[in-house]
Amino acid sequence: MTPPKERGLVVEGLRKRYGNHLAVDGVSFTLPAGGSLAVVGESGSGKTTTVRMLVGLERADGGTVRLDGRDRSARARGRAERLARAREIQMVFQDPYLSLDPRVTVSGCLDEVLRLHTGLDAAGRRAGVTDLLDRVGLGAREAAALPRGLSGGQRQRVALARALAVEPRVLVLDEAVAALDVSIQAQILDLLREIRREAGIGYLFVTHDLAVVRHVADDVLVLKAGTVVESGPVDRVLDSPEHPYTRLLMDSVPRRGRLPLG
Amino acid sequence: MTTTLTTVPHRRPGLRRLRLLGQGPLFAASVAVLVLLVPAALLAPLLAPYDPEALDLGASLVGTSGDHLLGTDQSGRDILSRLLHGARTGLLGPLLVVGVSTLLGTLVGVVAAWRGGWADTLLSRAMDLVFSVPGLMLAILLVAVTGPGMTAPVVAMSVAYTPYVGRLVRGIARQEKARSYIEAYVVQGWSGWTVCVRHLLPNIAPTVLAQSAMNFGYALMDLAALSYLGFGVQPPTADWGAMINEGQGAVLQGAMLPALAPSACIVLAVVAFGIVGEGIADRIARREK
Amino acid sequence: MTTAPDTPVLEIDGLGLRLPDDRAARPILDGVSLTVRAGETVGLVGESGSGKSVACRSVLGLLPRGARTTGRVLVGGEDVLTMGRARLAALRAREVAMVFQDPRASVNPLRRVGDFLTEGLRASGTPAAEATARAEELLDAVGIRDPRGALRRHPHQFSGGMLQRVVIAAALAAEPALLVADEPTTALDVTTQAEVVSILARLRAERGTGMLFVTHDLELASAVCDRVYVMYAGRIVEARSTGDLFDRPRHPYTAGLLACTPRIEAGAPAPRPVPGRPVSLAEAPPGCSFAARCAHAVARCTEEKPEPARHGDGFAACHRADEGIAL
Repeated sequence: MTPPKERGLVVEGLRKRYGNHLAVDGVSFTLPAGGSLAVVGESGSGKTTTVRMLVGLERADGGTVRLDGRDRSARARGRAERLARAREIQMVFQDPYLSLDPRVTVSGCLDEVLRLHTGLDAAGRRAGVTDLLDRVGLGAREAAALPRGLSGGQRQRVALARALAVEPRVLVLDEAVAALDVSIQAQILDLLREIRREAGIGYLFVTHDLAVVRHVADDVLVLKAGTVVESGPVDRVLDSPEHPYTRLLMDSVPRRGRLPLG
Repeated sequence: MTTTLTTVPHRRPGLRRLRLLGQGPLFAASVAVLVLLVPAALLAPLLAPYDPEALDLGASLVGTSGDHLLGTDQSGRDILSRLLHGARTGLLGPLLVVGVSTLLGTLVGVVAAWRGGWADTLLSRAMDLVFSVPGLMLAILLVAVTGPGMTAPVVAMSVAYTPYVGRLVRGIARQEKARSYIEAYVVQGWSGWTVCVRHLLPNIAPTVLAQSAMNFGYALMDLAALSYLGFGVQPPTADWGAMINEGQGAVLQGAMLPALAPSACIVLAVVAFGIVGEGIADRIARREK
Repeated sequence: MTTAPDTPVLEIDGLGLRLPDDRAARPILDGVSLTVRAGETVGLVGESGSGKSVACRSVLGLLPRGARTTGRVLVGGEDVLTMGRARLAALRAREVAMVFQDPRASVNPLRRVGDFLTEGLRASGTPAAEATARAEELLDAVGIRDPRGALRRHPHQFSGGMLQRVVIAAALAAEPALLVADEPTTALDVTTQAEVVSILARLRAERGTGMLFVTHDLELASAVCDRVYVMYAGRIVEARSTGDLFDRPRHPYTAGLLACTPRIEAGAPAPRPVPGRPVSLAEAPPGCSFAARCAHAVARCTEEKPEPARHGDGFAACHRADEGIAL
């Protein structure tokens, strides 16, 4: 019984099996429109598989995914549906050194997206590219550059601009700041906060870093071996974790003058 | 993340940046051989001092002289002229083989890698099947059916070389497909076809072409072997493989050049293509790191 | 090896390292000095390109190709940079051990873990049975259950965390005086990291091994290390005891790093980014290499390289460190 106007991303009972191994086992959550949800877990917890199913890079074996009431669980049929789904959810990947085509310049990379998703003419797209680069803090020098001429942080900004070009409702950030130096990571987190404030995009943060979670998410979902062990508002979960595994994660975080786990 | 010495890691550059001469004297010499060979073949009618098929029984097995730089064969034909003309069939055959097998192999490999699942299984098993039939045998069978000439060996070799390219392409295309820039295009809503043609293929092209350069040498050798056995180009047309065959009799009469000269040409061309192909592949591998 | 009891296990003294001019405009390392005493854990913290990995590899005499060095790297009083090949091999076999970031890359995947652990011991003349017994003991010390069974298994049968324990066990086999750990937990999950770090800490306490701990993670360094050296663009910009460094950083870069590291405590302030980006190898700014990103830079900072000067129990290389800038 879906209400007539369901808002946000609703995931119910998502499952994925590889051979005999259940990678994702009945994961459900809701991301309200414009909200920010962190999916945390260690390697093998199924967090990356979960979001890859949301964006259509993996096929789910069961469960449903709906965005604003529209179902997107089945394979997209035809170009129109493919593009409509792309405008719903976009993704920023972990490794900035692999996430841009080495042969395409920064402006070319953004121009392609605008050509696919908007009816703009060449001049309009040029203005769009400049505007997008401006939003992520890049200028004309970077626009003309190939990815190999950019630093990791700059590449991640380009990847972000490329995702924003589609004007998605939800942005999936798969360990998007994990590969960056800490001073650059803070810049990108700042930028993400600003974009969310302006554009009202919902964020789905996939991360292993609980300290980052504290600063970017409203809610958090803790995954272990493909199942949700705990979820709730960030402050509640991090300050008084209920599940032993969440407590273990919290105790493992290194803190000043105290060896993790004592 | 580790501290690396390079500020900006260099990744695949495309073909343009593969400098041809920075790789030692052997590589440079091989490039030079290929650079000389191609115009020699193209301009053979202009360069050749004699008609390669003109018989002059009075001048049979003349040694090196001012008139005939490499002497003549048993029928008195000028060997240099025959070598130059032979380069045309010698290079055209492998060119067709490599062209067709690269196209077919790339198509099969990319489809197998991109679709995965049953399509991958089917195409991979099909390639294994072709692999299990020796190329030379396939050619001889085909010649037996269609009669001698260039066509049957070239068709057979194209089929036989396709799985080599197909396997290579499948492997690197799978690797490339898993890279997040390709996935990003999929998430953006591009069709699989567009992503493959515009982004995946250009990025794997240098590696594939390096392999094709090596295949060129092997195909040249295989086709020469077929001509030598009498299954390929038919006399009196000049062809390196056929020339060795015809020169065998001359060896018994003490004249080495009619067989030796075409043999040297084959060895030189095959080795040059091998070194150039491998050199390019090495450069790509180093860049990949 | 006979050394006076108060000789540091590692003393790097004014280490400079340059690459040929076409590969880097600035020195990779410039006047790096640090000491590690027995039983002490010393952190070397910096971002990518800071030179921390190059510095720690120099301790084993592993230098980038074509590098020219100045200064000294003394291990137990002997200079590694001038050592002959045989002496260097002996040093790597017995006195200094290294643990790298990726355990899979430092273990031969085709050989059993037992071979990996005993080969060093066998090479130095230990009989086979004794070496095996010792290997079991070591695996037990790093918390691997069923050490006897583990010896017969292959690296792919271990998880990343378990394999890193094996690597640590192998590093300890020769009872080295110094352990160099280059981002030993970066590739591991947070719970595994916690286990590995506590094993390292316990072993250090039991055996009195000196440890140079290289990391980009300030929070981790603050949990593990007694003293911390902070590197930026090939220079050590600040060094002092951990508590003091984190409470009262004197160098604006240290302060910036602290402010931009996300903290997990409730009510912790949001991470504050350091503007700009690290100096690349192609740039060679004349003054302080952090000046372009520094909120406190004055004209002098872009003209004159600040020399390290003593402040409290450590030192800082900043023209304005005296002024007690509120950071």
